[in-house]
Amino acid sequence: MENCFHCGDTCSNGVIRHSDKSFCCNGCKTVFDILHDNNLDYYYELEQTPGITPKAINGKFDYLENETIIKELLDFNEANTQIVSFLIPAIHCSSCIWVLENLNKLNSNISTSQVNFPKKTVRISYNTAQTNLKSVVILLSKLGYEPYISLNDIKKDSNAKDRSLTYKLGVAGFAFGNIMFLSFPEYFEVNEFWLEKFKYIFRWLMLFFSLPVVFYSAQDYFVSAYKSVKSKFLNIDVPIAIGITVLFVRSLVEVALDLGTGFFDSLAGLVFFLLLGKFFQQKTYNYLSFERDYKSYFPIAVTKLDPDNLTNEFQTKVYDLVQDDFILIRNEELIPVDGILKSNNAFIDYSFVTGEAKLVEKTLEDKIFAGGKHSGTPIIIKVTKSVKQSYLTQLWNNEVFSSANQNIFQTLTDKISQRFTKTLLVIALISAVFWLFLDSAKVLNVFTAVLIVACPCALALAAPFTLGNLLRIFGVNKLYLKKAEVIEQLAEIDTIVFDKTGTLTTNALHTISFKGDSLSEEENNQLKNVLRASNHPLSRALFNHIKSNKNYNITNYSEEVGQGISGTIHNIPLKIGRFDFVTLDLDTVIKAESSAFQTTVHITIGNKYKGYYAFKNEYRNGFDHLLNQLSKSYNLVILSGDNSGETDYLAKTLSSKVDLVFNQNPNDKLEFIKSLQQKNKKILMIGDGLNDAGALAQSNVGLSISENINVFSPACDGILDASMFINIFNFLKVSKKGVQIIKYAFFFSLFYNIIGLGFAVTGHLKPVVAAILMPLSSISIVFFTTISSYLIGRKIIKKSF
Amino acid sequence: MTIIYLLLAISVLVALAFFAAFIFSVKSGQYDDVYTPSVRMLFDDELVKPATKKNKITPNKIVKTNKHN
Repeated sequence: MENCFHCGDTCSNGVIRHSDKSFCCNGCKTVFDILHDNNLDYYYELEQTPGITPKAINGKFDYLENETIIKELLDFNEANTQIVSFLIPAIHCSSCIWVLENLNKLNSNISTSQVNFPKKTVRISYNTAQTNLKSVVILLSKLGYEPYISLNDIKKDSNAKDRSLTYKLGVAGFAFGNIMFLSFPEYFEVNEFWLEKFKYIFRWLMLFFSLPVVFYSAQDYFVSAYKSVKSKFLNIDVPIAIGITVLFVRSLVEVALDLGTGFFDSLAGLVFFLLLGKFFQQKTYNYLSFERDYKSYFPIAVTKLDPDNLTNEFQTKVYDLVQDDFILIRNEELIPVDGILKSNNAFIDYSFVTGEAKLVEKTLEDKIFAGGKHSGTPIIIKVTKSVKQSYLTQLWNNEVFSSANQNIFQTLTDKISQRFTKTLLVIALISAVFWLFLDSAKVLNVFTAVLIVACPCALALAAPFTLGNLLRIFGVNKLYLKKAEVIEQLAEIDTIVFDKTGTLTTNALHTISFKGDSLSEEENNQLKNVLRASNHPLSRALFNHIKSNKNYNITNYSEEVGQGISGTIHNIPLKIGRFDFVTLDLDTVIKAESSAFQTTVHITIGNKYKGYYAFKNEYRNGFDHLLNQLSKSYNLVILSGDNSGETDYLAKTLSSKVDLVFNQNPNDKLEFIKSLQQKNKKILMIGDGLNDAGALAQSNVGLSISENINVFSPACDGILDASMFINIFNFLKVSKKGVQIIKYAFFFSLFYNIIGLGFAVTGHLKPVVAAILMPLSSISIVFFTTISSYLIGRKIIKKSF
Repeated sequence: MTIIYLLLAISVLVALAFFAAFIFSVKSGQYDDVYTPSVRMLFDDELVKPATKKNKITPNKIVKTNKHN
């Protein structure tokens, strides 16, 4: 089969030949034409088949003519210039960057466009005298780069990026370098004539450089230490803050009273390394959002209709919809509110809500719930509830979603620092008391030296570097975690709860199987020709399934809504559809065989019942193997919103012990997780649709699985690419090993602390000893954790390929 | 040896100059996206290419548009 020159997909619906190239659809061909006519062919030279098939956009962006909506989307709006930023999930390669930055060749009124690849955004400025926002968006969509515009965008408070960590790190690094350079002479040359003369200016300069480090760079540690003392919980920042304070005060006193050089070098180095650890851990997947709720799924505006004259359309914001409004939903649009169907029939895909990509048929006056995606000709809906009161959005009123209820996770570092801080204070006090009797002049010296040398720099670096590194390795293997802490939480999991539809089964693959008398090739040809005329989604799926390429003329074609289609080819009548529909005029009575849990399409050819096609979601490859692996060390539960139709199948396939819980609505799922947690279980929930959102938020770790990570998934702690599903066991194993590494690193750093304490309690801590010991311990910890986490991380890659 | 005061002053000034440059670069957003510029740099040659090509291709293009009409 040939592949499309533009998008690289196989041309399963026939090849379109154009300019010696093959295309899979007219959309791809059009994009090629646009680019080719504007001399932008370089797009195809940069990467092989870089394109994205554009989607239909009829009327979809009409709301961009509404001035108030435009205003809320724009970054800048002055005179004739408007600047707007869009999130474009389709951005994926260098060709995308190139073509998006050459938009001005396609529309001369666009002055500049700049892509931010990691964030998948493009910032476009254009001249409003000649063009407008809508035409810019339509141009992008035509090229396949449809911007993602949602309710969340309209409420963005500010675009301010938090760069404070970069500044703090810069300040600390700057001071650290300069202080090292100034303190170096005094390390070795003792009592040298010129040094004795100039050392005061060196010392005062060092003091000057250390001020911004203590008062600016280190300020987060003081704040966090204060908070943790206030909540009577000693986290790792408490000994760090004590260390920094003691370092600074003692150095200040030494310099002021001409007692010594002080420890400015160690102070700046300590803060610099700590911030470096923080910086390293701060890997974020900018283009992914882990905080999405229903707002991100819903469009900004819908087409509202005048109740008296339904041909009168105008655009309105989704939030402004009230009861009894009439709205128009076009093909592929999401239904944002609960309502009643006022058109004859509609096909709604509730995969956003249930995770199951199955089209549900609705007829006139049927109730329609928010969250469904309509496919087919435009439909009219009468609103019964506003957005906030809709069935789907009600879930978000649950307290799990209020941020106050975030369960606080105690990290390994925090647990250890509890004991560490207490032990440290005890050692400092004992040695102070000891020296009080031995040599009272040295008491303060020893007391402060203990606090300085025991400052848990290496301890504080162990977790950030191990977890930060694993976070990156997981990212390479397509598990995108919200923050590094999640790895520690993963290591503690003892129960895994799976959603069924969309998680254990695939969304993409429909298995279509035929049951009944086998069809001859001729019969298949006839079937395909009848199906060709129908736009029913099941017909389209079946049409693509049946392999045949003969064209016949159909006579007497008719389609009965909600029933099926019929047609005649070569005087042979064919009927395709519901069982009752196709068997209606048969002489013999046949009993339906199919079970109620499947979607089926029945067929009669020449007044003879032939059998039916069954549509089924397929279980992911290797899911039973994965469950068997997991069942050895975890409790497993399958939680599903479906009826129990497949219990038998699952029980048969799974050789391991798995609890099956069916008929769960979104709220039941949340309560189920809660009840397990009350039994002290640590739960990993793996789900996909919005129906799992509550359970994902409630569980200790919520992973959302996604066929395409650019498609939006509900709020969660991590997003797993569906292709990596079978590696869940490996990810969990690596997380556990990561925590082991941190524990080893703790022992390692304690060992350094004991050496340092040896110097400190005996009263021999020279600035040069501190200046060597502290970086040495930090660097060796960084080295150890980075290398070992890299080694354990490699295993996932090895096993998956 | 009093020259050391001057040397110190210069060294601190140079350091401060680099520090200011760093602050400026962060502020102007140079660290917000550290990937795209590395790709964009490679296009610099290619951005000119369509313009030069245009002149050569124009006759072809006219023929093509005629065909369409």
